[in-house]
This record gives sequence, structure tokens and C-alpha cells, in this order.
Amino acid sequence: MAGPKSSVLRRIMPQLVILGAALLLNVLVFPDFFHVDFRNGRLFGNVIDVLNRGAPVALLCIGMTLVIATRGIDLSVGAVMAIAGATAASVVTDGYGWGTALLAALAAGALCGLWNGVLVALLKIQPIVATLVLMVAGRGIAQLITEGKILTFSNEGLIHLGAGTILGVPTPILIWMALGAAVIWVVRRTALGMLIEAIGINERSSRLAGINSRVLLVCVYLVSGLCAALAGVIVAADIKGADANNAGLWLELDAILAVVIGGNSLLGGRFSILASLIGALIIQSVNSVILLSGMPPEFNLVIKALLILAILVIQSPRITYLMYMLRASGPQPQPDRPPMPKARKEEAR
Amino acid sequence: MIRSTHLPLLVTLGTFVLAYALCAYDYPSMLSTRVVANLLTDNAFLGIAAVGMTFVILSGGIDLSIGSVIAFTGVFLAVILRDTSIHPLAAFMLVLILTTAFGAAMGALIHYLEMPPFIVTLAGMFLARGAAYVLSTESVPITHEFYDVLQGLYWKDPSGGRFRLIGGIMVLTFLVGILVAHRTRFGQNVYALGGGGQTAKLMGLPLASTTIRIYAISGGLAGLSGIVFSLYTSAGYSLATVGVELDAIAAVVIGGTLLTGGYGFVAGTFFGILIMGLIQTYIVFDGTLSSWWTKIVIGGLLFAFIVLQKGLTWATQARRRTATGSAAAS
Amino acid sequence: MAHDIPPVLHATGISKFFPGTIALDDVELRLEAGEVHALLGENGAGKSTLIKCLTGAYQRDGGTIRLSGHEVAPQSTAESQKLGIGTVYQEVNLLPNLTVAENLYLGRQPMRWGLVDRRRMNAMARDALAGYGLDIDPAEPLTAYSVAIQQVVAIARAVEMSGKVLILDEPTASLDRDEVQLLFGVIRQLKARGLAVVFITHFLDQVFEISDRATVLRNGRVVGTRLLSEVSQKDVVTLMLGRQLEAQVHERKAASAGAKLIEIDGLGKRGMLEPLSLALREGEVVGLAGLLGSGRTETANLIFGAVQADQGRMLLRGREITVGNPREAVRHRFALCPEDRKTEGIVGDLSVRDNIILARQAAQGWVRPIPRAEVNEIAERYVRALDIRLASLDMPIRLLSGGNQQKALLARWLATNPDFLILDEPTRGIDVGAHAEIIALIEQLRADGMALLVASSELEELVAYSTRVIVLRDRRQVRELTGAEITPDNIVRAIADDDGREVA
Repeated sequence: MAGPKSSVLRRIMPQLVILGAALLLNVLVFPDFFHVDFRNGRLFGNVIDVLNRGAPVALLCIGMTLVIATRGIDLSVGAVMAIAGATAASVVTDGYGWGTALLAALAAGALCGLWNGVLVALLKIQPIVATLVLMVAGRGIAQLITEGKILTFSNEGLIHLGAGTILGVPTPILIWMALGAAVIWVVRRTALGMLIEAIGINERSSRLAGINSRVLLVCVYLVSGLCAALAGVIVAADIKGADANNAGLWLELDAILAVVIGGNSLLGGRFSILASLIGALIIQSVNSVILLSGMPPEFNLVIKALLILAILVIQSPRITYLMYMLRASGPQPQPDRPPMPKARKEEAR
Repeated sequence: MIRSTHLPLLVTLGTFVLAYALCAYDYPSMLSTRVVANLLTDNAFLGIAAVGMTFVILSGGIDLSIGSVIAFTGVFLAVILRDTSIHPLAAFMLVLILTTAFGAAMGALIHYLEMPPFIVTLAGMFLARGAAYVLSTESVPITHEFYDVLQGLYWKDPSGGRFRLIGGIMVLTFLVGILVAHRTRFGQNVYALGGGGQTAKLMGLPLASTTIRIYAISGGLAGLSGIVFSLYTSAGYSLATVGVELDAIAAVVIGGTLLTGGYGFVAGTFFGILIMGLIQTYIVFDGTLSSWWTKIVIGGLLFAFIVLQKGLTWATQARRRTATGSAAAS
Repeated sequence: MAHDIPPVLHATGISKFFPGTIALDDVELRLEAGEVHALLGENGAGKSTLIKCLTGAYQRDGGTIRLSGHEVAPQSTAESQKLGIGTVYQEVNLLPNLTVAENLYLGRQPMRWGLVDRRRMNAMARDALAGYGLDIDPAEPLTAYSVAIQQVVAIARAVEMSGKVLILDEPTASLDRDEVQLLFGVIRQLKARGLAVVFITHFLDQVFEISDRATVLRNGRVVGTRLLSEVSQKDVVTLMLGRQLEAQVHERKAASAGAKLIEIDGLGKRGMLEPLSLALREGEVVGLAGLLGSGRTETANLIFGAVQADQGRMLLRGREITVGNPREAVRHRFALCPEDRKTEGIVGDLSVRDNIILARQAAQGWVRPIPRAEVNEIAERYVRALDIRLASLDMPIRLLSGGNQQKALLARWLATNPDFLILDEPTRGIDVGAHAEIIALIEQLRADGMALLVASSELEELVAYSTRVIVLRDRRQVRELTGAEITPDNIVRAIADDDGREVA
């Protein structure tokens, strides 16, 4: 690219602007927002909180971005979080170390991802339908593992993953940043990112160009399952227990929103994990504003809903098209993906 | 005459009969009218909402907002009956108008902005739940004497089952739903939309009004479901009925309706609801089984029905696959 | 045809512009009552644009449409339906999930007590269909019946709702012989009732069998309207392809063919392509000729594994190979530039660079990314070699013109160093300059020792570069022309089956 750096910056600029606005609001309602303390070997401060609390959604949206890039969706990540948390908790309460617990949780997540991937790629079931199965059954499976209890544990190693710090920085922040960086690196340093985008944009052309779309699809759901497992472990470690009912509840929706706010189209194609991560931070910053402003927390959802609606309306195919038509008064190439037919419908036919 | 499109419905019916037979074999007392009456009462709100969901799914859409709308309705009723002297009937009318308009607005967004129903109703879900929080975060009890009157309405079967008003409302909703789906032009349009939006448009179907009406019905029925739920619990709580949309979707699919739209029956959803209720009842009767088995069994049923439908679709496609030179080999 | 009665439909001076092109230029179409009027032309000639202008799906940019003498300007298909113009498409435009009766009466069901009277609706449907010689149960789902019956149901719906003009857009494309006869029976009946029927198809036999007159379009213009009883199939093909068939004699380079590369033995798929055999040597260009729907694209797809063949085998350098999917084909160093660039070729939102590198990268696997510098080198080399005009390698490929997209797709496959290159309509819809360049490229690749299979409807083009030409007709290999036999005239003869019998 002429300037890869500048083009990445251009891509994430809208998200950065929104994030900036959200942070500015935070400062307005709480001037000390950016103040960071170092006490008892740990960083404290509202910014740190935003980064820390945003960890689960940030982790989820890494996998979700890839899934959505292939024109799919993964509704099961919240339930997978519960399963992974339950697995980790039950392994440590059985006396194993935190490493084993983490591996077991990741294996559980991988298994769930594999299940989704097989349904989507091999049985050709619509993603929204295929992942619904695990979304419904997943929490039951998690409860099966915890036997209906909130499984508490005191394994220091495991708790460290959610509540500990490394060099003063809360571990969850390091985990999501490291995983995000790693996935971005892998996806952009190998050909994976381009091949995933190709499948999402035009699966038929991609297959005719010799891309193994089935294997890639399975992989993408696998990654999503792994990300969800990691998020589930962090959430469980944070509260020192696995709550099969509430762990990760509705976080799949937050993750999808983060991806959408990140400017990634639900119709697949070009994606930016970085933008999704910023989207996750935007959601968390908005939560923070509402909290810090002293506004009753009950307004949280309404404000969030209205904000999301506004962003979605701006990004909707019809509005984008109208904007395009307004701008394109000069002789410009014809848009190739004009009025979007209802995506679900096309898939279904 | 048995037609292939009826097959999922028959499978649902068979599943229900088989499940009931198994239950009755293990616990003969499950045959009592009391169990039947409770089945209807306990699942009334879910059933009513599922009728709306059936219409939405038949048209090829989805409505994630209904759980939140039910909670909102409950809180709205509780707060308005606590703070004003409005008669509950007037409050019912008011909330039905509100929820219907809410659904219609989502339908309009979906149609005019060409946004996926999934995302629009997801935003609607947050909005309705948020509105419920704004009204009250606490559980608000409803203590209107009219509620006592309504709750006191039941028909007692000689053998002990109490068929309550809300169960009756559900059955009535299903009957009306069946009539609307199969015997009105609107119902036919819903199926047509689910069969293919572009084709339906070429055939001269009013897409905008059909879409808006479908989501309005779903919203309105979620409102009715909320009223029934408030009669059932005598309270309004903004954290109630979380995830009911998932139960409703599961009931619709287990009822034999294709999640991609176009095929299915409102009556099937009724049996889907009963099957799900039956699983819960069985677990209660058993006493040793844990409640989470409900979710796992429902998930398993969901999977079985999705695969069954996929198989049917494949079978019909294979039969009518025409020889074209497209590279659509998959 | 009485001249005191105005024609059922008379369209004059119809024009339609799209950015950069004139899709229809001053087109006239005149339909008399009780006639079947064929609308002919190769793809891109403007047939479907004309239909869309007549039915209100497009707004025309000029001209008038008179229906029974009155000027009309339908704004939508629904409106034109009400005016009396009904349309039936190749893809049956009915809903597969509804019953036959529901499809027939969607939106105008008979009502009783405010409810749909299903019993009466089924009875009405049974009567209506009986009028077309169909004795079927209208309460059955539409998909319970064959495509032919579905077509008749679609026709019945169109006629019941409209009833003046019926446009049949390739209704027979997926029907077998008997089914076509069933459909023709219905068409004759409608003709007797005084409807004007517009019949669009690529099957010339069918045109001559059922139609009274034909209007031929080429490049958005009417090149002639003929009474079919007065012309031969060859005349019509000549009109459609519009070439001076006295063709200039091409200086043919001696076939410097090398070793035998690939042998195709009886490759076919039921209902799609009759078994086809063909052998290619290195440094040879085999042309595939035939009208649309004759099996050109199908042949290309079967060889490349885009569609699985159900019979026949393939040998590569004497060794039998299986090609189950495009990936395997690429592994054997095959390449295919498909006909439908937009849906099967380009990956629209990806950059030109990524599109060029796509097949090579896919063949290498994702773990071994082609280094950035090499990617740029490859992309720039082909951009230069093929003269792809673009603002930047980073622009999405969908923004390129058709010709440049095609060159980029060629670059994608050339980057994989193929031994065997299949080109399906490589010059369709591209401008004259690019056209000549692609033909020169084919020559060049042949001289370099590549084996090429080129399907094209441009006869002169085929004649120019082919060392042999295989002629397809009705999804079957009918002739192979070699050496001096390869002339446009001979190809047309073979396509029109003019060798043996003259069809009147």
C-alpha cells in the first residue's frame, strides 16, 4: 500500500472520533477521568477501569469481527463464555492447576467453535440459526458442569487472570491487548485476512479462485469460540466463581455492536479488528459516562439503544446509498452494491 | 392428504404425543387435568408472544425485542396503576397501543432503511428494557382489585384442574392467529414475503405495509403477553422475562416453522410451547433432575428440527434442481 | 393483420441510457393481436432492457408506448400488470412455499365473511388451469409440480391479471422437449384468444416453431423485423451476429502445437451437457462456438471442476486425473476466467492488487503469504503487461471498467503460471481497445506454448485465434472445424444446423 499506516488511520478515524467524543464526555462529567494512581502495586483510575471492564467484549469482538467478515454471526459466544468459565472453575476445584484449567476452558471453547463451524460450513445452515442452538443449550451445559451452583474457587493463579496485575497493569487489559495484537498480526502478516475478506465478499468467486472456503469458515468460528473461552475465564476469575446463568449474559449482543460500531459491515467483507476493539472501548466509555455522570444507571440501556440506533441508521445501506448519490453529482463510477436486498432473504433462497 | 410441507407439523405433533406418553408412563398423575391446566396457565404469556414470533419468522424475519417488551409492559402497568387512578382496562389499551406502535416503528425501520431485522430488533430490545428500567428498577407489586377479579376467573374441572383466564387468552390468541395466518389476505402475504421478498414484490405484494404490520402484531402480542404476565405474577419487574425471545424462537422452530421463513404453522407453535412446558413439568415431577436439563433438551430439539428442515429443503431442492450451467456447485 | 385496428402494443423510439452506454437506441416494437413475436439477440443486445422498459421496471429515457392506441407510461411492474402487460420469467416468478391456487390468486383471493374462501379459490384455480389443459390439484404446493407446469401457472396468473400482452422471457430454458410442447400448446391457445405474446429464447428451433414474426436486436438497436415464414435460420443468425460473413481470410499461423497436454473423454453431466470429448496440445487454441445456452459455459465449468461431472474422465499428460473442485483444478495448473465476471470472477470490494494475487495466494496456502514486494512486483508486472488502467493498485476492483476487470482476472490466472487456460467469453462487454489487446494476448500465450480453450460468441474472434473450433448446439458437441474449415460462415452453418436440413 502507498502508506499502510495512513490508510489504517483513515479506516479507524470515525471510530477514534466517536471514542474521543465519549472520552471527552467522561472528562466533562468527571474532570479527574484521566487521573491514574499507582497504589499497592496496581494502577487505579477511571481510564484503567474502562480498559479493564471492556476486556470481555474486546476479546469477544476479535473473534466476532472475523466471523462477521465471512458474512456470518456467532450468537453463542455468551453461552460459550459460561461454559468455559464453568469448565475452568470445575477443573481447579478438582485440584488441578490454573494452567490445566485454562487449557481445559480453551479446549471447551474450541469444541464449541468447531460445532458452530461444522454446522455453518459443512451442513450449510445459516449462521444465525446454527449458532442459536448453542446459544440456547450452552447455558444448560454450563450449569451441567457447575451442577447448578455458582462454583467458587480460590486458586490464586486462575484468579490472577481476572483480578491480578502484571507490573501494575490489570491482567485482563494485557490479555485482550495481547490477543488483539496477535490476531491482527497473524491475520495481516499472513494471507488469512485477505482470504477471509474474499469469502465474505464473494464466496463463489473465491471458491472458483481455489480458496478452501469451508476450512476457513470452520477456523473462523473456532477462533470465535477460543476468544469467548478466554473472555469466560477472565469473567469467572474476576468474581472468583463461575456463574453459569449470568456469565457473559447478552455479551454476544455487545460484541456484535462493537463490531458494527467499528464500521464492519454485517454483510461481510473488509474488516478491521482494531476498529472493532475501539468499538468495544466506545461501548465501555459510554457506560462509564453514564456511571460517572451520576445519572441513574437505569438510563444506561436507553441511552445505549438510542446511540446504537443512530449509528446503525447512519450506516444503513439505504442511507449510505442516499449519501453516495448526494456526493456523486460528478461522473463517478457506479456503485456496485447499491440498494442492498435484505441479506437474510437472499441467503435463504 | 399428507403433504411434505405438513411433515414438520406432524413431527411436532408426534413428538408431543410421544413426550406426553413417556411422561404419563413414568408419572401417571401427569395425565390429570390439573397438569394440563397448569401447562396452559404457566405458558400463557410465552404462548401469546410466540404467536407474534411465528408471524415474524414466517415472513423471514426475527424479533429479539419481545422479552424486553413484555417486561416493559409489566412495569408500565404496575407503575401506572400505582401512581394514577386509571382503570386497568384503560391501562391495558394504552400499553397495547404503545407496544403495537413500537413494533410498527421497528417494522418501518426494517423496511425503509433495509436494515436486517436482527439488528433493528436488537436495538429495540435494549430500548424497551431500558425504558422498563427507567420506569422502575424495583419489582412493583400490583394490588388493584380488578386484578383480583381477573385472577379469580377460572373454570374448575370436576377432577380438580383450574383453567384460568390467561390460559384461555392464550388459546384464543392461537385460534385467531391460525385464522389470520391461513384465512386472510394479510396472512397469505406473510407467507409470500417469507417465500421470497423480490418475487412477492414482482407479484404486486404491498411489501411496506405487510412488513410493518407483521412487526406491529409481534409488538402488540408482546404487549398482550406482558399484560398476561402481570396477571400471572401480580407485579411488574424490569428484570423479568429475560431471554423469553429465545424461548419463543425455540417454540416456533420446534413447532415446525422454518427459521428462514415461508413454511410453518401457527398451530405448530402451540404444540412447540406445550412440548417445552412438558419438559419443565417432567423435571418438576422427577424432582431429582436439575432444571438446566430443560435448556439442554430444548437446545437438542432445536438442533434436531433445524437439521430435519435442512434435510427436507435439500430433498425438495434435489427433486427440482434444474440443469443450469451455473457454478453453484457447493 | 388488419391495419385499421391499432396494434395491441406499439413502442416507438424507445431509448435508455446507462452511465457510459446506450442500452437502447430508438427501438421500435409492434405487436399485433394474436401473434407470437420473437425477440432475438445475443446477450447484451438490449432484449431484457427493452422488456424492463415495457413493464415499467426501468424508466425509459425516450420514446412512447401505445397500448391499443392509448399512450401509457407504467411506473412499476404492478402498474403495467394492471394495464395489461404480463410477464413470465425463466426463473419461475412464483412462490415455492405456497400452493398452486394461492400463487394464482395471491392478492386477489376470493373472500367470504371477510375470510379467504379457500374452497372456492381451489375450485376457481382448478377451472382456470383446466382451461390450459392442466388437470392438477391446485391445493398442492407449487413445488410438487414440474417447472413446465409451474410456468403454465405463472402464465395463467399473468394472463388472468393482465390479458393483453404476455411477455415470456426464456420460459423454455430449463424444460425438456415434451414440456416445451406443453408450453407451446398453451401459447397457441393464448394466441387464438387474441393475446399478443412476446417470446424470448436462445433456441432458434423453438422460435421458428412457435413464432410468427421476429424482431432482432443488436447493440441496443433493432436490426430488423422479419416474417419468419420468409427467412431461414441462417438469415436470423446472421442478423443476430451481424457479421459480414463473406469474412476476410485469416492468415493462419501453422499450428505449432507441441505435446498432447490434456484429453477429455466423454465428460458430461446429465441434463447439463452431453458427453464431450476433446484433446488439447500445448500451443493450441481450441474455440468453443455456439449460441447462448448451447453448453459453452457448462463445458468450461465441468472441465474446471466448478460443477462436478457425473460421467467421463480426464487425462493430463497421459495420466488420469480427477478434478472435483476448482482447488484441484488449480493444483493441476488449470485456470478459468468465467463468463460472469461480477458474480464468479471479481471479488468486488477487494483491491485490484489482492484480486490479482488471489488465486496464486490460495494455491500457496494462507500460511505462506507472498511477500509484499513480490506481490507488488507481480501486480505491477501484469498491470504493465496487460495495460490495466487504474488509478491505484489499492482501489477496489469493482470500480474498474469491464475491460480492465477482465484483464485483472486474466492477470490473476496468469500469475499462477497455468498450463491450461480456459476463457469463457473473454471479450464480452468490454471496449474495442481492450478487446484487441485480449485477442493479441491469446495469440501470445499460444505462441508461448500454453493450451487454451476459449468460449466465445464472437465468431470473427474465434476464427482469428483458434487452431480448431468445436461447435456446440443444444448442449451437445455437433462439429469440429479445423484448418481452412474455420470460417464464420461454416460456424454459422454448424450452429444453425444448416448442413442437412433447411428449417423453414
